[in-house]
Order: sequence, then C-alpha cells, then structure tokens
Amino acid sequence: MTEALFSVDAAFFAVVLAMTAATYAMRAGGYWVMGRIPITPRIRRGLESLPGAIIVSTILPIALKGGVSVMVCLALAAAVMAAARKEFIAVFAAMIAVAMVRSYSF
Amino acid sequence: MCLPALPGTVVFGAVFGTVAAQKGLTILETVLINSFVFAGASQFVAMEVYKDPVTWAVLLAMVGVTAAVNMRMLLIGASLRPWLGQVPASRTYPSLFFLTDLNWLIALREYDKGERDWGIYLGSGLFMWVTWSVSVVPGYFLGSLVSDPQKWGLDIVMPAFFVALLVPLWQGRRQTISWGLAGVVAVLTWQAFGGYWGILTGAIIGAFAGAYLDD
Repeated sequence: MTEALFSVDAAFFAVVLAMTAATYAMRAGGYWVMGRIPITPRIRRGLESLPGAIIVSTILPIALKGGVSVMVCLALAAAVMAAARKEFIAVFAAMIAVAMVRSYSF
Repeated sequence: MCLPALPGTVVFGAVFGTVAAQKGLTILETVLINSFVFAGASQFVAMEVYKDPVTWAVLLAMVGVTAAVNMRMLLIGASLRPWLGQVPASRTYPSLFFLTDLNWLIALREYDKGERDWGIYLGSGLFMWVTWSVSVVPGYFLGSLVSDPQKWGLDIVMPAFFVALLVPLWQGRRQTISWGLAGVVAVLTWQAFGGYWGILTGAIIGAFAGAYLDD
C-alpha cells in the first residue's frame, strides 16, 4: 500500500517535467524579451499600464461568470478598499458578504 | 503582508489534492506536479485532460492547456522588468520560477509605495510556494472536508484581492480609458473563445492604450 502510494509513473513524470518547462518559459519569457528591447518612454508607459489591464481582464470574466452576487460583493470590495485602504479588510468584507448572500439564497 | 491571500491559497491547494486523489494519482505524483508546476489554475485544467495511461496525445494536451492558461505570465514577467532588471540575471532567472499572480500583486503594491528591495518579490514567492506545497497533502487525504469552498465564500478571495489592488492603481483618465478598453476586449474574447485568452488580449490592448495615451 505504501509502495503504491509513493510510486511515480514514468510517463506521468515526463508530463510533470514538460508542464514545468512550459510554465517556466511563460514566467521567464516575457521578462527575457523585455530585456532585449530598449525601454523607451512609450514602452515604459505601456509596461506601467500592464498590471491594471491584466487585473481588469482577469476579474471581469470572473465577475460575469459569478453572477449578480459576485459582482455586488466585488463592488463592495472596491468600495471598502477606497474607504479603508487595507486589502485584507476589503477581502474579508467581500468574503463575509458573499457567504451571507449564499446562505440565504441556497 | 501575504496574509489576505493565505486562506484562498490553502483551500485552493487542498482542493487540488482532492481532485488529484479522485483522478487516481499517488500522493508522490500529486506533490510532484503541485510543487514543480506551481500554477494553480493550469494544474486544474491539466487534470481535466489527464487520462491514465499517459499517451503522447495526453502529454501534448496537458502541456498545451498549461501553456495557454499560463500565457498571462509572459506579460506579468514583462511588467517586472523595470524593477528586477537591476538585479543580476543569475539571481532573477531562478527567482522567476516563483512568479505567481499573488506575489506579483504583493510586490507591485509595495513597489507603488516606493519599495525597491526585490526581496519582497522573492520572499512572498517562496512563502506562496511553501504554502501551496504543504496545503495539497491534507486535501489529498481529507478531500471531503473542503468539498464546498463556495459556501464559505473562499472562491471570492482571489478576485476580491485583485479588485482591492486595482483601486490604488487608478490615477485618472489614462487608467479609465485603458482599463475600459482592456475590459471590453477581455469580455468579448472570453465570450467568443472561453478560457483564459481574454486575459491576454485584454492586457495587450490595455497596455497599448496606456502607452499611446498622453496625459
């Protein structure tokens, strides 16, 4: 039993290595490319705009998929953040709100 | 500093352990894939296409979805260049293994506050990696206990954290326009193709808009 539990299939290990290589290529690739391009003021402004654009593009589909309750709770997180300026308060407010909405609705 | 992300990461990791157990992986295989790949969403999608025995088709499918889901890391890594570019390459390239959305967000927040010590990025990355690596083990053995993370609102932790970090990044018209364009393109892409392509297209459009909008 222990032996079976701790065994590793050779083909599966190959998959793990290939997935690790693919992920590392993504993690390091963008960084590497930006080191080969001279950073003009225009490119610097583009890079500065990148984080916000990534965040917006990540959360909008999640909000739409999650429906009205998720959208309202994410808006609440933004409002709490704007008022309190502390991430953990915003996150916990959204968590408590969504847990309460769900316990009443299903 | 990493604490708001902790419950979400622990539960997310534990759920991966449960999924891996259900798919018939051994504990060692589960720990290997979890700690080596270290990219939550892509691991879940890869487990969806996993089949035993592993054929070339299964291998290619798993690597393909992993690359697709993690493509956003190209842009996240690019955005770190102005900061980590001053650190010797022999240190930054190993440290990029620990690049995740969360420690990128944490590092970004500190950078905006004026922090220039890249140890913030590396330390939070190592912290996330240890948390992620450990959390998978209880999930593998006690899967049923976290079967319903939604009930506790744990699925909202990540997006709420993202929203909270977005708020201080807003400065004016340039952000409003570039984020608006990013959002429209991301949602259209998501509706047309599903998956994670919207992060890529939206982010690129948003960066271009930001680069060409003059204040």
